[in-house]
Amino acid sequence: MNRTIVKAEKLRKVYHLFAEEIAAVDGVDLEITAGEFVSIMGPSGSGKTTLLDMIGCLDSISDGTLEILGEDVSSTPESQLVKTRRGQIGFIFQDFSLIPSLTALENLQLGLFLAGKQTNRQKCLEMLDKVHLSHRCNHLPKQMSGGEQQRVAIARALVIEPDFLLADEPTGHLDTATTQTVFALLKEINAQQNLTIILATHDASIGSQTQRTILLKDGKIAS
Amino acid sequence: MNTLSIAVKNLRRKKIRSVLTIGGVSIAVAVLVSLMGFDKGYQQSLTSNIDRMGYQLLVTAKGCPYEAATMMLKGGGGLRYMEQDAYDQIRSDQRIEQITPQLVATVFDPDRAEGEGGFVMFMGIHDSYMKLKPWNKFKSGGWFSSPDADEVIMGFEAAELEQRNVGDEIFIPGKNKILKVAGIFERTGTQDDGIVFMPLQTTQQIFGLPGKLTGVGIKLKDIQTISKVEEDLYEVPGIQVISMAQVRGTILNLIASAKIMANSIAVIAIFIAVIGVINTILMSVFERTQEIGILKAMGASRFQIFRLIWAETILICSLGGIIGNIVALTASRAVEAIIVNILPFTPSGPIVVIYPALLVYALAGAVVLGLIAGLYPSWRACAMVPVEAIRRGE
Repeated sequence: MNRTIVKAEKLRKVYHLFAEEIAAVDGVDLEITAGEFVSIMGPSGSGKTTLLDMIGCLDSISDGTLEILGEDVSSTPESQLVKTRRGQIGFIFQDFSLIPSLTALENLQLGLFLAGKQTNRQKCLEMLDKVHLSHRCNHLPKQMSGGEQQRVAIARALVIEPDFLLADEPTGHLDTATTQTVFALLKEINAQQNLTIILATHDASIGSQTQRTILLKDGKIAS
Repeated sequence: MNTLSIAVKNLRRKKIRSVLTIGGVSIAVAVLVSLMGFDKGYQQSLTSNIDRMGYQLLVTAKGCPYEAATMMLKGGGGLRYMEQDAYDQIRSDQRIEQITPQLVATVFDPDRAEGEGGFVMFMGIHDSYMKLKPWNKFKSGGWFSSPDADEVIMGFEAAELEQRNVGDEIFIPGKNKILKVAGIFERTGTQDDGIVFMPLQTTQQIFGLPGKLTGVGIKLKDIQTISKVEEDLYEVPGIQVISMAQVRGTILNLIASAKIMANSIAVIAIFIAVIGVINTILMSVFERTQEIGILKAMGASRFQIFRLIWAETILICSLGGIIGNIVALTASRAVEAIIVNILPFTPSGPIVVIYPALLVYALAGAVVLGLIAGLYPSWRACAMVPVEAIRRGE
């Protein structure tokens, strides 16, 4: 039986706007096991990013239970969540989020540094080679195209050897052709490394290509 | 990859802003180092000047002690005269080891300073002068041939300025008197270098001041008796007695207000520099809100973020400290020239002395400044909640 990566029961995230209570995620039950490639889909405001933030230990939960890699993080304060996410969760963001003053190689080394691991140059070069960007290792983000930047961001997330990967709209800022290239790369990583990938997207063509799709609507799982 | 290398790269992102902030710290440090160097140098030179006068007590005509103190060191117009009889009364005191009378006179020479004119300082001295200043050596020539000879001994710089050698003649403007150069002193590094010395009697005669003196220098056998001697000397009418320690204190008092003003400027410069550093780093933190959120998402701890921002602040202040030290070192002579023009009296010798310990203190101070200035921006950065920081930057 595959190891459980994420297990949520009656998961809720509530925001308070003056006297009004807004539930961004409202009673979500889900379980994701190792090696799965899962997409979380839904329109804007459906709670995709909020759910992803909680799974990524970036945000605390309001109610329910959440286990990440077997650890119950339901009542862990934000200041302690860093220990869970460090070195175990890889993040890919919509706007690539590379550090502009660092080269592609240095961005990868930064990932290792922040994860508390050895900033091994050779390992980073090999990772850049895997995303077919070894020739760009000494380039700054502004010297690369959007697709290349996102591939560097993927390499940065992978180089720390995480237990699972979270990608929030990773192709949101890319054209159709580049979207397919980046998505193909994620599929390849999932297939070759058996790495769990949880991806939030509103692009149905992307969602339909993942193993499982979780459809969110108004913070609840619709299907 | 380490915190320092990331901090360096971050500062290079906004080069102009970083350079301006470092410049602000540099100026503050340079001003501080120059002022501290001035404080040390001025006191050192003044003490050295006073020590090299060779006497511990100065007897002058009654009047303003401030004026008397600067007059003896600097010369100048408006001199007061005492009777030579007073000197005759004092010199028999058994507690005195050496005593020398002096008569200072200044003359305006219209040909000086390339036609702009300037004062020439003449000093009438007695044989005993050399006993009080045994370190005064002759570069060439020697002592006056007689106590009333029409001769001069020139200080090193005075001889260089007038381009005179032993045997040459020197004209006293306004007195229609020509004297012969009997000797030239070696450089002493004191005011003596710029003085033209004459026999006391000759000076009294040329300047029409028979039986007059401007001062009497006294060296005691035992310095412990100075207070008692000073008290006893006041029994002689028409004189005032100034100890050289008092002269030193008096001159330091004269420049105290200028020092307070300068120190205030330094404090303001430091305060502005600190505000500038805090502003720069805080701006940088706010601009990088999303980036800090991403770093936290990637696993950066609060301490790592704090350390990174703190390192940037300390780097700015350290670089500012180093550059400020270099500026202070290279500009010390220029600062000296400015101070000489501002202050009522400046002793000869270096008056801005920048010593290694001062540079170390200044650099350490700049680092401490960075540590303090970086606290708030670093705390703001490390306190950011990652999910909020990421969204705020979107």
